[in-house]
Amino acid sequence: MPAVVMILVFSIFPLVASLIIAFSRIRLRSGSYQVRWVGLKNFEKQIFGSEQFHFLGTFAPISVAGWMLAIGATAGILWWLYRYASRRFTLVGFTGRLITAAFGIGLAFLFAATLFSGKQFGTLGVTLFYVFIGCGIQFIIGLGLAFLCTQPVRGRNIFRVVFFVPMMITPIGVGYAFRMIADTTKGPFSPLWQWVGLGEFSWAADAWAARIFIVVGDSWQWIPFIFVVLLAALENVPRDFVEAAEVDGASGWEIFRDVTWPQILPVAATVMLIRVIEAFKIVDLPNIMTSGGPGIATESMTLHSLFAWRALDLGQSAAVAYLLLFVTVVVCVSFFNLVVLGRIRKS
Amino acid sequence: MARAMESALKISACAALVCTAANTQLAAQDYSGVTVNILTRPGPVIAQRLVDRGEEFTAMTGAEIRVDEVPFAELFQKLLTDWATGTNSIDVGVFASGWAVEMVDGGLLEDLTDYVANDDKIDFDDIAPYFREYNQKIGGKTYLITIDGDFQMLYYRRDILDSMGLNPPRDWNEYMEVAAALHGQDMNGDGVADYGSCIFKKRNAQSYFAMGSIAAGFVQTQGTGEGIFFDPETMVPKVNNEAWKEAFRVYKATGEYGPPDELNHDIGDTRGLVQAGRCGMVIDWGDIGPLSIDPSGAAIKDKMGAVIMPGTSRVLDKESGELVDCTPEICPHATDGINHAPFAAFGGWAGAINKNSDDKIKQAAYDFLSYVNQAAQSNVDVTMGWTGYNPYRNSQLNDTANWVEAGFSKEFAENYLGAIKDSLNHPNMASDIRIPGAQNYTGVVLDRELARFLAGEIDENQAVANIEEAWEEITEDFGRDSQRTMYKLSLGITN
Repeated sequence: MPAVVMILVFSIFPLVASLIIAFSRIRLRSGSYQVRWVGLKNFEKQIFGSEQFHFLGTFAPISVAGWMLAIGATAGILWWLYRYASRRFTLVGFTGRLITAAFGIGLAFLFAATLFSGKQFGTLGVTLFYVFIGCGIQFIIGLGLAFLCTQPVRGRNIFRVVFFVPMMITPIGVGYAFRMIADTTKGPFSPLWQWVGLGEFSWAADAWAARIFIVVGDSWQWIPFIFVVLLAALENVPRDFVEAAEVDGASGWEIFRDVTWPQILPVAATVMLIRVIEAFKIVDLPNIMTSGGPGIATESMTLHSLFAWRALDLGQSAAVAYLLLFVTVVVCVSFFNLVVLGRIRKS
Repeated sequence: MARAMESALKISACAALVCTAANTQLAAQDYSGVTVNILTRPGPVIAQRLVDRGEEFTAMTGAEIRVDEVPFAELFQKLLTDWATGTNSIDVGVFASGWAVEMVDGGLLEDLTDYVANDDKIDFDDIAPYFREYNQKIGGKTYLITIDGDFQMLYYRRDILDSMGLNPPRDWNEYMEVAAALHGQDMNGDGVADYGSCIFKKRNAQSYFAMGSIAAGFVQTQGTGEGIFFDPETMVPKVNNEAWKEAFRVYKATGEYGPPDELNHDIGDTRGLVQAGRCGMVIDWGDIGPLSIDPSGAAIKDKMGAVIMPGTSRVLDKESGELVDCTPEICPHATDGINHAPFAAFGGWAGAINKNSDDKIKQAAYDFLSYVNQAAQSNVDVTMGWTGYNPYRNSQLNDTANWVEAGFSKEFAENYLGAIKDSLNHPNMASDIRIPGAQNYTGVVLDRELARFLAGEIDENQAVANIEEAWEEITEDFGRDSQRTMYKLSLGITN
């Protein structure tokens, strides 16, 4: 019973309260709130209204490249859906895949009409960039470092500690550190920046450079997390399996692909799932390093929600938070059910 | 020099006498056991001087003054939620005077009119009329006590301009010409090319204030009551026109002569460059004056000049929305055909008291704010750059002795105070937005669209159209009629 009460008070109640706020306009008065029910208007504003450019992006007539992306992605997704339906159909499975497919096609058209047509994408696209590109890079480097630390190299334990340190620093500290390091007029690398002839280029004024710098900072902080978990997984791979493969004459890559990778896959999937959920909530680094700029180029959905909250537009803030929750759930559940479980079953 | 020393001694002696008198009276108050919780922006700017003065106040009265700090961007939200939800952990907020309108509208602030009437130490008449009547009052009642007076001005490197035979710019065309001439010069002798113009342009910082300063001259010609943001009669945004578009273009064009990463510079970054002697011209509040005599500003000591914000000879025609040439009828307050509209950006930091605090705490809080505001204290505080306090009293603006004593040259003190007075006393001075939702109108919408424009995401036409649409939404949300009434009041229109 106490556990149920705790869950109700600390988890369910805030969730329901914020859902009510997402459908309301709230004005703070002396000693009270003035709540006005506005239905779906907060969501409508984000998806179809004056905040559309902010959340989804600025739309343009779809370019040739955009059509190629949209049609290619749609065809691929529909083919995948057809294959599932024709091979082993269950209602629950099909419904889940239908949601994933609709979301995927929607995203394909969104990017086709914004990024691939020469326009800016919104905070949804920026967040997905941080999640997919950032987490992808972090996984590859984290796995590589973990693999290196399982090898018999000198000073291995020192490397383990050094690689782990960034994770213990608060994200705000990382944001300020990277902002100082990357300052091209006063930062420590400013002379080098000038020397290579980039004195007139500023990463903070270029949308893609700014996004990449934030991914670099985020990766610096989070690679250790992936590193330490995968290191533990790699060290638990039975030596017998590896030695047997070596005796059979398997190459290093073959051993990794056929012996090591299947063994660490469940752990790797779990660590990536945790990391992806965390990455969807990225806020400190873009807030500190660029304040979401230049323009809205580096603004994540969480930062979008935070800015609305700061301006006491609580309804919009809650609406963005719920949109983020929806995107996170669809992506993470799809990733786990379709990618991870599929791979685990296969292996 | 001897006369300056004599004046300084007299001022010091007077200040000491006033301070002693004030201290004696304050000492009569016993606030032992009373704690006043203050919330403001992070120090040392603004906050640290409150801490210092709080220690003095504690020694005199026994009241404990606690100063808590939150990031600037969260200050308004923290105060409003603390007071509106009945948490009431904060007794005094020190914030932008323009935010108070929304708080008064919500019934959250203590009316200080009677406190002021019973205060024989604050010398209300010494506070410059704009700050006394506009900044501190809402609907004719005093809700705020000013501790800082804010106007944006143009500062320039007097030594460099003199050596190049250039005059400080009077309008934005001249600004660009001077900036182009200065850009690339080595202005601090370190062998590195420096910048012609430094104006902060970072999102979620102070860029929208600079935007207001540029736009004001293009938009407002008929005096303060005209306003630069809305039509006071209809509350329709006055932003989708050639005047604001031209201001957007000007603001962006200044970046050609600025640091390459200016888009990521807030006011702290810009001031760092100014103090390092790397900027030929800069737009800033009154802080650059005192910062130039700070030890960290050695590179610019006695090398700066200050003038009223540049104006324009092309102004908004309200009927067509186009720019037209100034004539004596169109620009009645113009000087040499150039329309200036100095913008009271931000309005200055001011203290307000939570209506729901205990009576004894409210009295102690008022006495503390009064103590900080009184000439004996504030006339010293405004001469120190790190405090972030800029002059707002006549005694600070009309007498250079305090400034010379602090380290200003007599010439720069006169120049600096002259520029502030030119702005403050200008009949076409432009008032900052002071209505409910002020933070949303400018701090969120204007700031965001400006950032998108500067980043090249949208052009100026799209930017002003987006602002117009979003401002209309905010106005409808708060209620057009009540917003119109508040806007007219904020411009001094009472009919």
